[in-house]
Amino acid sequence: MSDPVSALSGASYDGFVAVREIGPLGMITLRAKAGTPGLEAAVQAATGCAMPQVRRIVRQGECAVGWMSPDETLLVLPYGGVAAALTAIAAALQGQHHLAVDVSDARAVFRVEGAKADQVLRKLSPVDFDRLEPGELRRSRTAQVAAAFWAEDGGFTLVCFRSVASYVMGLLSVSARPGAEL
Amino acid sequence: MSTRLKSGGRLIDRSAPVEFTFNGKRLRGCAGDTLASALLANDQMLVGRSFKYHRPRGIVASGAEEPNALVNLGAGARLEPNQRTTTTELFDGLEARSQNHWPSLEFDVGVVNNYAARLLPGGFYYKTFIHPRAAWKHVFEPIIRHSAGLGSAPKDRDADRYEQAYAFCDLLIVGGGVAGLQAALVAGRAGARVWLVEQTAHWGGRAPVDGDVIDGQPAADWVEAAVLDLSAMDNVTLRLRCMAAGSYDHGYVLLDEKIADHTPGDGRPKHRLWRMRAGKIIAATGAIERPLSFAGNDIPGVMLAGAVRDYVVNWAVSPGDRTVVVTNNDDAYRTAIALHQAGLEVAAVIDARSIANGPLPERARALGIRVETGRAIARVKGGKRVEAVEICHQAGEGAASTTLPCDAVAMSGGWSPVVHLWSHCGGKLIWDDGEAMFRPDPSRPPLTDDGSAMVLPAGAANGALRAAVADADAQVKIALQALDIASEGDDPPAHVVPDESALEPVWIMPQGAGIALRSKMWLDFQNDVKVADVQLAAREGYESVEHTKRYTTLGMATDQGKLSNINGLAVLADSLNAKIPQVGTTTFRPPYTPVPLGALAGEARGDIFQPLRKTPMHDWHQQNGAYFEPVGHWRRPYCFQRPGETPEQAVHREVKNTREALGLLDASTLGKIIVKGPDAGRFLDMLYTGVMSSLPIGKCRYGLMCNEQGFLSDDGVVARIDDDTWLCHTTSGGADRIHAWMEDWLQCEWWDWQVFTANVTEQYAQVAVVGPNARKLLESLGGMDVSKEALPFMGWADGTLGGFACRVYRISFSGELSYEIAVPASHGAAFWSMLHAAGAAFGAMPYGTEALHVMRAEKGFIMIGDETDGTIIPQDLGLDWAISKKKPDFLGKRGQERSFLANPDRWKLVGFETLDGSVIEDGAYIPEPGMNANNQRKVQGRVTSTYHSPTLGRGIAMGLLRQGPARMGEVVEFTKMDGGVTPARVVNPVFYDKDGEKPNV
Amino acid sequence: MLILHCPYCGVRAEETELSPGGEAHLKRFGPGSDDDAFEAYMFARKNPKGVHFERWRHAYGCGKWFLAARCTATLEVFGTYPAQSTEPPAEIIEKIKAKRPEWKGFS
Repeated sequence: MSDPVSALSGASYDGFVAVREIGPLGMITLRAKAGTPGLEAAVQAATGCAMPQVRRIVRQGECAVGWMSPDETLLVLPYGGVAAALTAIAAALQGQHHLAVDVSDARAVFRVEGAKADQVLRKLSPVDFDRLEPGELRRSRTAQVAAAFWAEDGGFTLVCFRSVASYVMGLLSVSARPGAEL
Repeated sequence: MSTRLKSGGRLIDRSAPVEFTFNGKRLRGCAGDTLASALLANDQMLVGRSFKYHRPRGIVASGAEEPNALVNLGAGARLEPNQRTTTTELFDGLEARSQNHWPSLEFDVGVVNNYAARLLPGGFYYKTFIHPRAAWKHVFEPIIRHSAGLGSAPKDRDADRYEQAYAFCDLLIVGGGVAGLQAALVAGRAGARVWLVEQTAHWGGRAPVDGDVIDGQPAADWVEAAVLDLSAMDNVTLRLRCMAAGSYDHGYVLLDEKIADHTPGDGRPKHRLWRMRAGKIIAATGAIERPLSFAGNDIPGVMLAGAVRDYVVNWAVSPGDRTVVVTNNDDAYRTAIALHQAGLEVAAVIDARSIANGPLPERARALGIRVETGRAIARVKGGKRVEAVEICHQAGEGAASTTLPCDAVAMSGGWSPVVHLWSHCGGKLIWDDGEAMFRPDPSRPPLTDDGSAMVLPAGAANGALRAAVADADAQVKIALQALDIASEGDDPPAHVVPDESALEPVWIMPQGAGIALRSKMWLDFQNDVKVADVQLAAREGYESVEHTKRYTTLGMATDQGKLSNINGLAVLADSLNAKIPQVGTTTFRPPYTPVPLGALAGEARGDIFQPLRKTPMHDWHQQNGAYFEPVGHWRRPYCFQRPGETPEQAVHREVKNTREALGLLDASTLGKIIVKGPDAGRFLDMLYTGVMSSLPIGKCRYGLMCNEQGFLSDDGVVARIDDDTWLCHTTSGGADRIHAWMEDWLQCEWWDWQVFTANVTEQYAQVAVVGPNARKLLESLGGMDVSKEALPFMGWADGTLGGFACRVYRISFSGELSYEIAVPASHGAAFWSMLHAAGAAFGAMPYGTEALHVMRAEKGFIMIGDETDGTIIPQDLGLDWAISKKKPDFLGKRGQERSFLANPDRWKLVGFETLDGSVIEDGAYIPEPGMNANNQRKVQGRVTSTYHSPTLGRGIAMGLLRQGPARMGEVVEFTKMDGGVTPARVVNPVFYDKDGEKPNV
Repeated sequence: MLILHCPYCGVRAEETELSPGGEAHLKRFGPGSDDDAFEAYMFARKNPKGVHFERWRHAYGCGKWFLAARCTATLEVFGTYPAQSTEPPAEIIEKIKAKRPEWKGFS
């Protein structure tokens, strides 16, 4: 097997904030109704994280778990750890109705970093960033495509679909150009 | 003449001179000037020509309401037409050109229209140009296009950039005058999240010019202190040069912020469009002064009284040495006093009222200013500038008693609240008899999502022309209470202004003016609509103000009737013997002032105009001659051109090579949706017309999806992955739509069914390895067994190939031996490259979507979007075999049972073979004798897919024909664009490998 | 540019994050239904000036369908509730009746 290549091979842009594509990152979509027996154990086994509350993301070292919808969580982990995590989930949810699927390659992930990182996202998403709560994972759109983002480590992490990675990189770069601070 | 005064000018910095040009002439202004004030300072009274009659026009106003003084601003890639000089801040190097004249501003040939005015009455567009029709196209339209119109459209790509941003607040306060500032102070101190926006570059609005006293200090000082206070509040955002263009549902407001209009090329965005969502909107947007309708009120030098005052006080510009003030109210006396205090001569105040004895008129008299009551202007004399006015009795018909030489006229017909933001989203108005104005009706506000008032008008915008601060204070407290934000109960600061006695509505001056005078009384300066035009419309039966507006074009210019609206409808009401509130106003629509298209587009231009979806192999395609075509938002290679090849030649080569050796197709865009759960089989049986629950694990089956009407919606191959998991392939453009369709049924209809779906389209790069050498290539890679026995046709298997973990489907859309191989997208480019490297020995070439289309057409396979158009059921396409007869229900089953869909006369799919081997034209119909009820040729069918088949060396096609399958062998004729026909024989749509032996080896 | 509260994830979503789905509380008529019933299910849609019940999907958010009761004339929103409802919740009906006494009720 070749080395996995992220959508933009780590492209970056330095404006009034720094934008860079990161990854590849392991990601699993886990669908199960809240309260499904074994669900918390599955998430714990795959990532070491507790189940997040509504619209929250929980991080534990390299892994994180985000609330995506009432019956969907997003597991974030090292790219190489997906197969083992899927096995652990299958074991924990044996016999329970669920769907766990590798979506690592279907996504592109960006970091937007700097004191004014929020300003770049304020230009693209109809989201009240002043009211974004700590640890909140917000699903919305950036300009014309779907995205999810959350604040961490002095910036934001943004996830979008892989096929539109260059579009999103373009959006973030244009919005971060010097002189365009809000 | 107009000139710069020796002293004064609260907004200008005389120590910072600014150079600019007007029509190529080098002129000087000061920092802080608007283009309008700088032009006046240079005695440039004539600034443009009117739209219809090309009459000379000058500056009328000092703000957003200016109808005349529009210029082409900038040049080349920074040319902007129709820019208002009154709202354009002067900067060094500014270039402006006047518009709407030829060959020059001073000498304009189009002015002949002025002398032909009798031929261009109200509604002339409708009256003159209907017959003969040819005259419109060849005579009238070219002339009108040449002589009418405003600025010139830029030819170059806009050099500037624009952006948008979303913002949220509790309270958006629009208008940075004293009302807006007071509202912001109260809300800011209450801790609300406040935005205060002001369209000009300065806080304070009119109060500092008018000499108001607030909290015991001059308004200017109070404003300065208020801004200082507000700047210190973290919860308050202040934005100058930020215009609220419109208010929309649920507190949504568009704000157009001019960032670099006055500093072009400094690297910042030119404009930023804020997409604001506010809890409540305080509209502290002030009021606009109304002109008076007297003959010659459009001659350069006739200005609004408030504007004259602004130019004198703010920019130290005198519009004339000797000014006549004409009014129906006390406020205009402020202008007379300001002119007098600036050392200028006021020839007289002509007051239409019989008595004027309020504090302001008395003060004017005390200063020695001549006041003539009960008088009117009969007409203004002059051409390119005012020379004199003739004075008459307001009560009479216009017989002049005196002629007053002057070079400027300051007119005031009273003030109208700026109610746009109130009205945009449904707020209603009431007529205020006392002030002769429409103001917001507090009992009928625009509503927001919780049913409460969305906009609260404050100050002059609320009709409180003289108690703005107190009114704003009251309104903001109501807003805060509605938002559940506690505010301090402090009294507002005292806002002291002189008392004013009542104005007297004057809609025509003099009131008995005859037709000659009324034909020179302008209502709408920009669109050249006069009192006589509106009266004519009324006589011709236009009773509705909306109809009159469109008939006469009153208020339809770029200023949207800011000056003309009320005067026009008052004249209409008078002509109809109706009261003004009965006639009502036209609808206020956004934007308040024009917003650049660039700001509306925001970041969406160039490379990021729209999202282009790219597969993991996109870069390879780009480097290898791909000629792309859009498929939804995807960009897919149509073909891979080699040097010297046309796209058509490339397609033919790709088809032949794939049929004879080996073709590689990037099929990553194919939709892939996982459906899993105890009820997944049952769910898919409802979704597809065929049966998917019975599909054995490891096998694939072609399926059709219909909408509830029974019409074909999507197709694709379904693979059974394990006991409760299926993978559904959709068309390239259909993945998101079909995934949403599945979720809709699962969430909204069968929510008790245990099924989960996941759209994994982009998780995989998928490659179709197609052709007689396909197996040889895969076997050369090493890995899984891809033999016929291990992996038969319509089967799938997981394994590795050349070290890549993959899933291989033996499905074929080309009719050849074919493997579709999915690998994780992060390995897609490497996998694709490896196939090309290893495939070279087997004659591998990439092929594009067009070769795919040709090959599927040779096989008679349908394509969603070609053979279907939303009105086609599977039975029309001979796909009855894919529809289960046994299932009691599936989506579309009931729809297909409708009687007209069972009609044997429906057009059905067949193949066509041209007799001469040519290619039937795209979109061609098959006519039949006779005409239909609309006198059009009757048709019996049409082509749906038509190609040159390189395999067969001839044109082949599929199409729909009435009773088609029963007419095999018949020759029908297809239309051609040149009027001829293409004869073609009706044949089986499968042209190639009719028994399907080739893929199954 | 409406704002609707998503009952699943709690976001006050603006219209551009949502996709509309037409009238709510339709009853599906499948095979065996008569032409009139099928026609009504397929094509006959209410178009009231006033209280209306609609389907919306939080398409750019949690992906869930929900239902909204709102006034088409004033744009007032009376409430949103899960798509898994065969009729509007009682508290929303009560709220509408209180605000729109002339409303004839859900049917």
